[in-house]
Amino acid sequence: MNAPLKEREQALMGIGESRLRKEDARFIQGKGNYVDDVKMPGMLHMDIVRSPLAHARIKRINKEAALAMPGVHAVLTADDLKPLKLHWMPTLAGDVQAVLADEKVVFQMQEVAIVIADDRYIAADAVEAVEVEYEELPVVINPFDALKPDAPVIREDLAGKTEGAHGARTHHNHIFTWEAGDKSSADAAFANAPVTVKQDMFYPRVHPCPLETCGCVASFDPVRGELTTYITSQAPHVVRTVVSMLSGIPESKVRIISPDIGGGFGNKVGVYPGYVCAIVASIVLGRPVKWVEDRIENLSSTAFARDYHMSGELAATPDGKITGLRVEVVADHGAFDACADPTKFPAGMFHIVSGSYDIPAAHCSVKGVYTNKAPGGVAYRCSFRVTEAVYLIERMVDVLAQKLGIDKAEIRARNFIRKDQFPYTSAFGFEYDSGDYHTALQKVLDAVDYKALRAEQAAKRADPNSPTLMGIGLVTFTEVVGAGPSKMCDILGVGMFDSCEIRVHPTGSAIARMGTITQGQGHQTTYAQIIATELGIPSEVIQVEEGDTSTAPYGLGTYGSRSTPVAGAAIALAARKIHAKARKIAAHLLEVAEGDLEWEVDRFKVRGDDSRFKTMKDISWAAYNQPPEGLEPGLEAVHYYDPPNFTYPFGIYLCVVDIDKATGETKIRRFYALDDCGTRINPMIIDGQIHGGLTEGFAVAMGQLLSFDEQGNIQGNSLMDYFVPTAVETPKWETDYTVTPSPHHPLGAKGVAESPHVGSIPTFTSAIVDALSHLGVTHVDMPHTAYRTWKELKRLGVAQ
Amino acid sequence: MIPPSFDYHAPSTVAEAVGLLAQLGDDAKILAGGHSLLPMMKLRFAEPAALIDLNRIDALRGVSEEGGLIRIGAMTTENQLIASDLLKAKVPLLPEAARQIADPQVRNRGTIGGDIAHGDPANDHPAIAMALEATLVLTGPNGERQVPATEFFLGTYFTAMEADEILTAILIQPFAPKTGYAYTKLKRKTGDWATAAAAVVMTMDGERVASVRIGLTNVAPTAMRASDAEQFLVGKSLDAVTLDEVARLVRAVAEPAADLRGDEEYKTAMAGEMTKRALRQAAERCR
Repeated sequence: MNAPLKEREQALMGIGESRLRKEDARFIQGKGNYVDDVKMPGMLHMDIVRSPLAHARIKRINKEAALAMPGVHAVLTADDLKPLKLHWMPTLAGDVQAVLADEKVVFQMQEVAIVIADDRYIAADAVEAVEVEYEELPVVINPFDALKPDAPVIREDLAGKTEGAHGARTHHNHIFTWEAGDKSSADAAFANAPVTVKQDMFYPRVHPCPLETCGCVASFDPVRGELTTYITSQAPHVVRTVVSMLSGIPESKVRIISPDIGGGFGNKVGVYPGYVCAIVASIVLGRPVKWVEDRIENLSSTAFARDYHMSGELAATPDGKITGLRVEVVADHGAFDACADPTKFPAGMFHIVSGSYDIPAAHCSVKGVYTNKAPGGVAYRCSFRVTEAVYLIERMVDVLAQKLGIDKAEIRARNFIRKDQFPYTSAFGFEYDSGDYHTALQKVLDAVDYKALRAEQAAKRADPNSPTLMGIGLVTFTEVVGAGPSKMCDILGVGMFDSCEIRVHPTGSAIARMGTITQGQGHQTTYAQIIATELGIPSEVIQVEEGDTSTAPYGLGTYGSRSTPVAGAAIALAARKIHAKARKIAAHLLEVAEGDLEWEVDRFKVRGDDSRFKTMKDISWAAYNQPPEGLEPGLEAVHYYDPPNFTYPFGIYLCVVDIDKATGETKIRRFYALDDCGTRINPMIIDGQIHGGLTEGFAVAMGQLLSFDEQGNIQGNSLMDYFVPTAVETPKWETDYTVTPSPHHPLGAKGVAESPHVGSIPTFTSAIVDALSHLGVTHVDMPHTAYRTWKELKRLGVAQ
Repeated sequence: MIPPSFDYHAPSTVAEAVGLLAQLGDDAKILAGGHSLLPMMKLRFAEPAALIDLNRIDALRGVSEEGGLIRIGAMTTENQLIASDLLKAKVPLLPEAARQIADPQVRNRGTIGGDIAHGDPANDHPAIAMALEATLVLTGPNGERQVPATEFFLGTYFTAMEADEILTAILIQPFAPKTGYAYTKLKRKTGDWATAAAAVVMTMDGERVASVRIGLTNVAPTAMRASDAEQFLVGKSLDAVTLDEVARLVRAVAEPAADLRGDEEYKTAMAGEMTKRALRQAAERCR
C-alpha cells in the first residue's frame, strides 16, 4: 500500500480506528441535554403518592387537603383514570399493570396517586397531604411460599383466569411455565449417566441503577391535538406505538424524543406508570408536565433484574464429558409480569444455558411467579436472561470439575464446541454463528501463567499462617445477542428489525438517522465510522441522529447488545445502496462502464489508471446537479435490517482473588478478560465498554442486592447501601481479544457491551468458591460482600 | 428527596449564631457541612423550621497552636484537616483518619465539629476525639465551657451539648515524640460509614505498651473507649496471645446494631479485628 493511500484511509477514521468519542465534549463540559434539563413554558410538576405497604386494600383516599394547597392543580387516583380506561395498562410481557393502584396495593412503593403542582416543592408537600387509608393484607415475598395452596392472592384482577399470555396458569400466583429443549432425551441422558451433579443457586434481585433516573416531560397541544414527550427511553419508537395505542392519539401526532440518556442498562426499556400519568395529566390540563423520579423511587419501583432461583444438573462421563443438562428455575417477577423480553420468550434467551459446550441433551423449565415485590425482570446490561443462563452453566461446569477432580480449564476444553462444528445447533435450537473457544482459552491461560497461579494457591493452602485464601475463577461464556430475527422476535407484534437512513449532502458530508438510541454507548462515534469505511466520507463530517421519532426511521431501540448486530448492519446496507448509486454516477462522470471502475478508499477510479477517478465528494456534488439520465437526483438511502440470526460473542475471563480470613474482604488481585466480538469497529470504545461492563459485573457479584423483609419492606434502596463502585473499589482490568467475525453480519460484528457484565459475574463467584473449594464448598450465592463471605468462613471454621 | 420549606439564617459571628439559636429555640437546627442534616431533611426525617448556617463564620475555621494545645475550629473541613501541616506534625492521627471519611466531595464540606456534635456513633470523629482525649469547647448564651470528649456522648444523637449551645472548637494535646497511632476502618465502599473502626493512640517502653487509648466507632449506641482492653495492654508486649485477648475484651464490650453492613456477631468480631490491626500499626509507629 503506498503512503498516500494509507493517509487517505486514516483521514476517514473508519472501522478499526480508535476514534475519540464525539459525545464526550458535551458531556464533560456539562453541555448534555437530559430529560430533567428540558423546561417548557407553563410546565407543571408531578410527584407520586406511593404505598408504604407491600400488600393492602385501599379503604379511602382523601385528596382534599392536598387540593386545597396553593399551587396544586390536580390530584389523580385510579378512579380518575377509570373513565379514560387508563388505570391499567398492558405490559411488554402480556400481563396488565396498574397505572395507579386500583382498590389494592401489591408492592411497597407502588404508585397510588399523582399530584400536579406549580413546582417540584409544592408537589412534594402535596404528596404528604394526600391521606390514604389502608387495610393490611398478608404479604408474600418468597416465590416458593407464593406457590403454596393457601398463599395470599396477589392478583385479584386475574381471578378465574386459567390461561395466561404464555400458557396455562396452575395457581393464583403462577404466571407461566416455559420450557425449552427435549425433556425425554435429557432424562434419558441422566438415567444412564455414570456421573451426575446437582446444585441449587439463587441469583438475587438487583437493579441496573443508571446514573440518570427515569422521567419524562409530556406536552399535549390541545389545539393541534399533538403530543410531544421527552422521555428516558431506550426504545422511543416502541413507546410511541404504545402511547398511541393507549391514548387513541394517531401515531403520526405522537412525537417521542429520547434526548441524552444517562445510562439505561435495561432500566429504561419499559413503559412506567409515571410516564403514563404525566401524559394523562398533560392531556387533562393542557399544559406540559414533568416527572422525574428520585433515586429511591428508581431503585424501588422501576424495573429490577434477575431474582432467579435456579437448580442445575449435569450428567457426565467419568472423564468429564457432559452428556446432559437439566435446569429448573423459579422466577420471581414481582406483582405484575412486566419483564422486557421478546413477546414469545417469557424467560428471554435463557435457553442459551448450554453455554459454550457441546451438550447433546438438554432441557430447561422456568416458572414465573407473582410476589408482593416491584415488577420488572429486565435485561440488566445483558441480552434477556443471558446473564442468568451463563451464571448457571458456568457454575455447573465448575461443580462437575470439582466432583471429578478435573481442572476447571481442562474440563472446559474437553466440552467446548470445536471450531470446526460451527455453525453449531445447540440442543435448545440456537444456531451459533462462529467461535474458536480453544484458541481463546489457551491465550488466556498463557497470558496469566495459569500453572504458576495454581502452584501459588497450593503453597498458600499448605501454609496455616497465610492471612488470605487465594481463589482462581474461570469462565468461558457465549452470549446470544442482536435480537433479533423477526420470525422469532417481536415486541408487541412489531418485529425486532432496526433501521438507518443516510443522506449524503451535495458538499459530501452526511447525516445518518437511526432507530436505536445511545445511552452512553458512543453511537455517534462508531456509526459514523461504519459509514466512513463504507462510503469513503470522513467520519468527522458525518452526523448521527437518534431518539426523535419524528425524524428517525422506526427501530426497536438499544438494549440486548442489538445496536451493532442489527442497526450496525442496517447502516452498512443503507451505505451500500448509496455506494451502488455512487458507482453509477461515477461511471457517468468518467464516461466508462460501471464494470470498469474499482473502489479505492474514498473514490471510484478507472481500473488500472490512478489518474482517472471521482472522489465521493465529487460524486456527491454531481448527484445533485448532473445525475446520469434516468437516475433520480439525490444521494440517500434507507435500510430496515431484519437479521437472519442472532450473533454469538464469546469470552474467556479469569480472575484471581485473595480473601481476608479475618474480615471476609475480597481483593481482586487480577482480572483478565479476553473478548471476541467479531469485527472491532472502535477498539477504544470496545475497551471502554468492557471496562464499564466489568465494573458493573463486579458491582453485581460483590455487592448489589435488593432484599426485602417479611413485611415486604424493600431494603438497601438508596446509594448509601446499594453498591455502585467508585474508582477506589474498582479493580484494574486487563483486556485482550481474538477476532472471529460473524459470518452472517455484513460487517462481521457481533456486539460487545454486555459480554463483560454477563461473563464477569460468574467469574467472581467461581473465584470465591475456588478459594473455599478445598474445604468442600461447591457454591456460594451472591453478593460476595465481606459480611456474607465472613459468615461462610465462620461456618467453615476459618474465621474466628 | 425534596425537603419541606424552612427559614435560612447565615450569621457571620458566633455571638450572632448563639443569639439566633436562643431566639429560635427547638425549631432551629445548626447547619455545619450538612452531610448528615441535609439528607435527613430531604427524606423528611428531620423537618426543622429554620437552619442556622455556620459556614460564614470565619472564626470557626482553622487549626492553630495556642497555649501548648492544638485548637481546631469546629467548622474546619475534613479536607482542611488532611491539608494541615500542623496536624501532620502534632496530631497525625487526624489527617490520617480524615482521609478515610466519605469521599473527596463530602470531605470538602463536612466538618469535624458537625461530625462530633451530631452524636452519631457511626461518625468517625467521636471515637477519634475520645482516643485523643480531646476537649470540646461549647459556646452558649453564658459564654464558653469545656467538656472532655470522653464525657460528651450520652446516647445516639444525644450529647452533653445544651440546646442553646454550639460546638465551637476542639482542643487536643500534641503528640509526644514516638507516639504511635492508627485509625483502621472496615467499610463496604467509599462513602460508607464504618462496619467497625478503631482509633489507637499509644506509647511504648521498649517492647511493652506504656500507655494506650482505644476508641471504637459504630459498635455501640455511642462512640466508646475500650477501657478494659486499654488497662490489660499496659505493660504487655504485642504478641499474638495479647492481641487475641485484646480482641476478646473489645468484643465483650461491643453492642452493635445489626444492619445491612452485618449482624451483631460480625460487627462485634470486626471491632476486635480492627483494634488488633490498629494496635499493630500504632506499634510500628512507636519505633
